Parts: sequence; C-alpha cells; structure tokens
Amino acid sequence: MVGLAAAFGSGAMTNPIEDIEKAEVILVTGSNTTKNHPVIASYIKRAVKFKGAKLIVVDPRKIPITRFATIWLRQNLGTDVVWINGMMHVIIQEKLYDEAYVKTRTVGLDELIKAVEKFTPEYVEHITGIPKEALVDAARLYAGASAASILYAMGITQHISGTDNVKSLANLAMLCGNMGIPGGGINPLRGQNNVQGACDMGALPNVYTGYQKVDDPAIRERMAKAWGVEPPSQPGLTITQMMDKALSGDIRALYIVGENPMVSDPDLNNVRKSLDSLEFLIVQDIFMTETAQMANVVLPSAAFAEKDGTFTNTERKIQRLRKALDPPGAAREDSDIICDLSSRMGYTMSYNSSLAVMEEIARITPSYCGINYERLERGGIFWPCTGTAHPGTPCLHMDQFTCGLGVFHATDYIPPAELPDEEFPLYLTTGRLLYQYHTGTMTMKSPGLNAIAPECFVEISPEDAKNYNVNDGELLRVTSRRGEIRAKARISEELKPGTIFIPFHYAEAAANMLTNSSLDPAAKIPEYKVCAVNVDTAI
Amino acid sequence: MNITIKDRELEVKEGQTVLQAARENGIYIPSLCYHDRTGPAGKCRVCVVEVEGMAGLHTSCSLEVSEGMKVITDSEKVLEAQKLVVNLLLSTGKHDCLSCEQNGICELQDVAYYLGIETPAFHMADVKPEIDDSSEFVYLDHSKCILCGRCIAGCNGTVVNEVLDFGYRGHEAKVICDNDVPMGHSSCVQCGECVQLCPTGAIIDKLRRGKGRPWETHKVQTTCGYCGVGCQIDLHIKDNEVIDITGKEGVGPNFGSLCVKGRYGYHFLNDPARLKTPLIRTNGSFREASWDEALDLVAKNLNRIKQESGPDAIGVFSSARITNEENYLMQKFARATIGTNNVDHCARL
Repeated sequence: MVGLAAAFGSGAMTNPIEDIEKAEVILVTGSNTTKNHPVIASYIKRAVKFKGAKLIVVDPRKIPITRFATIWLRQNLGTDVVWINGMMHVIIQEKLYDEAYVKTRTVGLDELIKAVEKFTPEYVEHITGIPKEALVDAARLYAGASAASILYAMGITQHISGTDNVKSLANLAMLCGNMGIPGGGINPLRGQNNVQGACDMGALPNVYTGYQKVDDPAIRERMAKAWGVEPPSQPGLTITQMMDKALSGDIRALYIVGENPMVSDPDLNNVRKSLDSLEFLIVQDIFMTETAQMANVVLPSAAFAEKDGTFTNTERKIQRLRKALDPPGAAREDSDIICDLSSRMGYTMSYNSSLAVMEEIARITPSYCGINYERLERGGIFWPCTGTAHPGTPCLHMDQFTCGLGVFHATDYIPPAELPDEEFPLYLTTGRLLYQYHTGTMTMKSPGLNAIAPECFVEISPEDAKNYNVNDGELLRVTSRRGEIRAKARISEELKPGTIFIPFHYAEAAANMLTNSSLDPAAKIPEYKVCAVNVDTAI
Repeated sequence: MNITIKDRELEVKEGQTVLQAARENGIYIPSLCYHDRTGPAGKCRVCVVEVEGMAGLHTSCSLEVSEGMKVITDSEKVLEAQKLVVNLLLSTGKHDCLSCEQNGICELQDVAYYLGIETPAFHMADVKPEIDDSSEFVYLDHSKCILCGRCIAGCNGTVVNEVLDFGYRGHEAKVICDNDVPMGHSSCVQCGECVQLCPTGAIIDKLRRGKGRPWETHKVQTTCGYCGVGCQIDLHIKDNEVIDITGKEGVGPNFGSLCVKGRYGYHFLNDPARLKTPLIRTNGSFREASWDEALDLVAKNLNRIKQESGPDAIGVFSSARITNEENYLMQKFARATIGTNNVDHCARL
C-alpha cells in the first residue's frame, strides 16, 4: 500500500473486480489466484476463455492459473524489480509506451529511463532466470494492449523489497497509460475479509480514518473535536515494532483483537519471547487461539454471522454485514466490549448500534462521507464517496491521480535478505492452500476441509527430491537459522529445483518457525516469501 | 418496447427473451434448463409458449421479444406440451420427494405443481438411486438428474473449473467428472457452483442433508467472512444455527458463485470450542470470570501501566477480521481512551 500511495496518492485496488473481464491483457504476479481468491480467478479465466484476453503470469511456482496463460515467466525468488524494470527497458527501447499519457499525467520519466537502462533482457535473464525472448514477448504483449490490468498479492509485497516491487508495477502501469481506464489499473488482491476496511478505519499507527495523517495538526484538531480529547501527535508503532518493544520492555501491555500472531507472524520463537515479556496481555477472540493461551485475560467475542456492521472488500466496496445468529454463551460483540472497557477506563463510549458508529465515521472521514446504512441496503458503495448524492468511485485516478500527477519511482534491485548458502542450500517460500484459511482458527473446525487438507506438507521438486533422497510422503525435517519443523514431503512439478514451498496454516508445523522477520523498510512487511532452509529426512 | 404476456401489457427491454421479460414482471412460465447465469440452453422445452401470428410452439428462454408481440402461456396446446415433457422427465428418473433435500425448492416439483401433475402419466421406470458420495461437500444422485446441463454450463462457463461434462450417449447420457471418475477423486475443487445451479435434488450440499426443510429456515444476506473479495452470501438459519450457505444471485462481486471455504467452511460458528465466557489467568491456569470482573481487571491494569509508563507503553492490535465500525472503535480506543498511536493490524502479515 505504501508503494501505491507514493505513486498515485492512494493505496488500494484502482479498478473494480468486474473490470477484469474488460481487460485485453491481464498480468498476474505474486498471486496464486485460483487458491486464494477463487472467485476473482473465475473472472480471469472467463476473460481468457470467452473475451479473448491474453494472460501473463509471473510466478516462481507453476500455479494452476498458468494453464490459462499465454506467457508464464518463472522468476527466481525475490527478483521482481528486475523483471519489471526489464519489461520497461524493452518498452522504452522499442518506444511502445504511451507518450501522450506519460506527458500529461506523470512526472519522473527521465529518472525512470535512467534507472531501467541497465536492465537489458540479458541482464534480466542472468538475475531472474527468465529467458530474454520470453521477457521481450511479455513486454510487447503488455504494452500493446489498449487496456491491461495488473493483479498482485502477497507474492509481491512480502519481501524486503516489497515497496519497490509495488512501485515498479505502478511505473509499468503508468508507462503504458493503463491507469484510470476501464479494464486497466493496478490491483492488489487483499487476503482478509476486512483488511481494506481496517486500513480505511485508521487501524494503522500513522493515520486516522480515510488515511488522514496523525501528524497533521488540522486533522488532529478535527479528531479532537469529534472525540472530546486531544489525540497523540507522534505516529505509533507497527505490529512488528511493537513485538520488538515488548521484548525490550518498553511496551508492557498488549490488547490483541481477532489476531493470532503466534501462528501468523514471522520467526515465531521470537514472537513467543515478546509475548512472554509482557506484563499484561489481553486477547479478544472467538477461539482459544495459540495467542490467547498466553493471555492474562481472554474476552469471548462474536463471529461475523453474529453481528451487524460493514466490511470493505478488496475493490474498496463497502458492504453490509448482517446479524443472523446470537453469539454463544456470554460472548459479546467486539464493539460492545470495546465501548464497555473504554467507559470503565474513564472515557465514555456509547452507541446504540453499528449504524450510529458509521454516522460518526462518515462525519469525520471525507472518503466515507456519503456512506450510510440506508444506501447500503440497496447495495455496496465504492469509496471515495464524498456525499450522500455521490455515487461512489469504482475506478480511481480517472482524470487525475489522487496526488495530481502520477510519480515514477526509479527502483533498483535489492536481493532478498537471506540467500541460500552451504548450510541452508534451499529457498523456502510460503503461502496458502485453497482448503485452509490463514491460521486455521475457522477452517480447521470443518471436518470436510480437514479431510481434504489435514496436515502440513513440504512441496519439493522432483529434482530436489532425488538429490536429497526424499520419497513422496516421507517425513522431512526443515531447518532454518530460526527454527525447525517436521512435515511430510509432497513431490510436486509446480516447483522449480532449489525452492521448496510450505503452507503456513498449521500451528503444529508452523512455517513461520522458519521464516525471516527482516522487514521492508517502508511498509514494514516481513519477508515471508523468501528464506534459506535445509531439509533432511527426519529421524 | 411493448408486448403482451398472458393478457398483461408490459414494457420490456430490447434484446430480452420472453422468459426474462415474464420473470421480471412476476409472470411464471415454467422452465428448467434456463438459469439467469447460464442462459438459454433450449434443452428441456418446458418453457414453451404460443405467439400470436407465429406457427407452433416456441421456447420462451430463447425467443427474443419484439414490438407488439402477444404471448400466450396457458393455452391448451401449451399446457399439453409442457405436461408431456414433464411427465417424460418424471418417468425417467427417481423423482420421489419424501426425503429429498430439494423438496420445497425443487424446480421440477414447482413445474409439476403448476401443471397439476398429481401422478405421473407414465409408468415410472424402476430407477435405482445412483449415488456419488465421494466428495466431502457435494452429494450426487444421478437418478434425480434431468440432464438440463446447468451444472455443466456453470462449471465450464462461470467458474471455469472445467470438471463437469456430459458423458455417454442417448439413454446412457449422464453428467460426469473429468473422465468419469467419482467427484471426490476428480479435479473438482468443490466450489459448489453445480449445487447452486441444479434445479432438482441431483446435486446437493452434503452438509445440509437431514439438517432441516427449506421452509424451516430463514435467509439472511450478508458478506462472507473469509478473503477480501467480499462475496455476498445468504446464510440459511434454523434454530440459531447455519445449516447452509448459498451465493447471492444477481449481486456482485460474486453473482452467486462462491469458493469451498465460503460455501462450506461454516462449522466454526457452532463449534463447541467457541469461547463463551471471559477467562482470567490465575496461577498459570485460566478460570471463568464474569464480564464485570474481567473488564474491571483489564481497565485497572491498563490505567495503571498508562500512569506508570505513559500511554505508549500500551499497544493495540486491531483486526482485519472485524467490522469497519469495530476497527474504528479500536483505533479510537487506542487514541482517545489510552492516548497512543500504537495501533495496527495484520495487513502486512
């Protein structure tokens, strides 16, 4: 999101999901779409099968969507800036870019041209392993489309160079005039139901609702008026930074709602130490998660079917959530718990309903200003929606970018923080399965889903399996500098020799025991997608 | 454009079919192989109508409206043809409704009811159930299949998973997975598209079996709680329990389609392990507590730490799983109640 915000002034999917079927070319990278966003994958497949769209997939794994691809580029892990710059190199060399668009809508082309100069197809092949002819073909295909859509997910962002990867994709989209047009855009696919909404609502250390900055005195003044107290002026800490401060004792208490960092965060041994160092841990959740087990107080909350409210989906559409069930036992809605707790701490929060909370949000948030439940009854609305008569904004950056002119950012290649060596000779990359979700708190309660995806496994290429003397189904020990896990081998043609894949859902063989917590310096996203490991057959 | 259907004068859109125009205006024309999402198939011939000035019968699912058209849906000739078709369908399958999960929402049953078919006119063939129970979530009984092709159109045309197709010929024709392997052993990803599109009890949700009749449930439209796509779903509720989830037809982003988690991953809601009461750790183990006790303890400790070390000694993790309103309250709690900007959620993880 930081990358997109730098380039365009706002970090979110620029085009609606339905636009995918309007694209002439679709570029999917860092997204195992059929597994993680199956309904969006159907849009892509329909576009290719029935609308004549051409699909470019750039992914180190032979993921199922490659079956629909005109071109599949298989890059080495963590080399995304290189192939993207390489495509732009070709596009600039062959003058395939949209000159009129670049001239009127963007700034910084000269720096970009300089930056991509060295990324010749030969150099790209050397670093990424992508054959130079294939790179040139992909560049021509993308640049030749009247509307091309870029879809990406965590395979792009979960790197120490994640922000640079996103900026590079933004460069590519702007260079070819694909921003602000139907069927175009740059579209991060969000992994959790309300990750967009949590960001929009200011559950971030540096912004209030609608990305209004906490260090802007005028905005702080508005919040102070709305809340009746002066909020703090210095941006706060991200989750990963808070974990560090917990370890050092600077943070003494954490209040964790609906998250399970004891499975989802990188370098779990370190997470455990951090949480252990806390004086007081409050966990509010629907199950006794691995994190809740470490709490001083556990508060039972309501699940999605047990409350009213709204979620904002990956395409910025605000949609209603409606209460269908009563929560079990004495469990209460999160909003109810927060308000009660706040009032007990001396700051009264009291709302009749979620509707009343949305009224307050609309009052202080320009991009949600026109949102109310009466309108949402008739269907979801895309933000920004700046008034009750405003129809919402399915496609961003139509006439100009949020920040005026789009900004090209020259980026250079930074290798992953940890590369294979003698001791840890293999790359590990992590991800999700179709049949489990995140840390499994929800899906692992389903006998059917568990029957299909019962346990962790290690995907390994046939070549590596041979080199390491591994049989299909054999128990493997996987070690990194941070920890070790055991899981059965699954020999798979999807992987390239030298790289193994482990799904991160399973607490008993948690891939995040192994992963590296090195962060992208701007977005503070850990490098889940690359680390160095060793495997042997467990004794 | 103006047309008349069943003596009602209607304003309709150009390019619409007669069946679509009728449905939009609340006029029932029986149909089976047509679905809004899979379009006209022209297979079952149940939707036939007469049009003044045109010879013969016409399938309303594939007949486009034209100015001044007069459509007759209930002439003797139409009803006779429809009865014949439906009676033939009933005679070739095992269409006994007693314990069928689809009873009450079966389109074949609806058609028979509309036509007043009390007893099928032809001898019902001695059809044995032909069940494929191999999949975790989808239950097939080929003996209830009327070969309308909606499941196949959905699998190949809507979700493009390309698993289902017709196999064999003539009397032997049936819906098959891949090269006719059991569904559970096929490349099926169990998105349930075929279940949602099947007009009869041939393809049904396995989890729903025996859980209750359709008329015992009520539906609540809401947003799926898994990934960020935000699919619109209907929860089917009976006795404070979800017994089925279907995709909401006609509404984006999913227009009825779902994935295996969204459609079938709802067990957790009623799982016995759900937290039901506040818990407080004392001497290394948890004990149950009242809300008053738990919240007072939290308030006391947070206030104490804030006083001793300042508000920045406290951190708040909000969640990408809770609502906008709750996220708003969480950050307000951090900033206004505690006085820290140490609030974040797992967007990066």
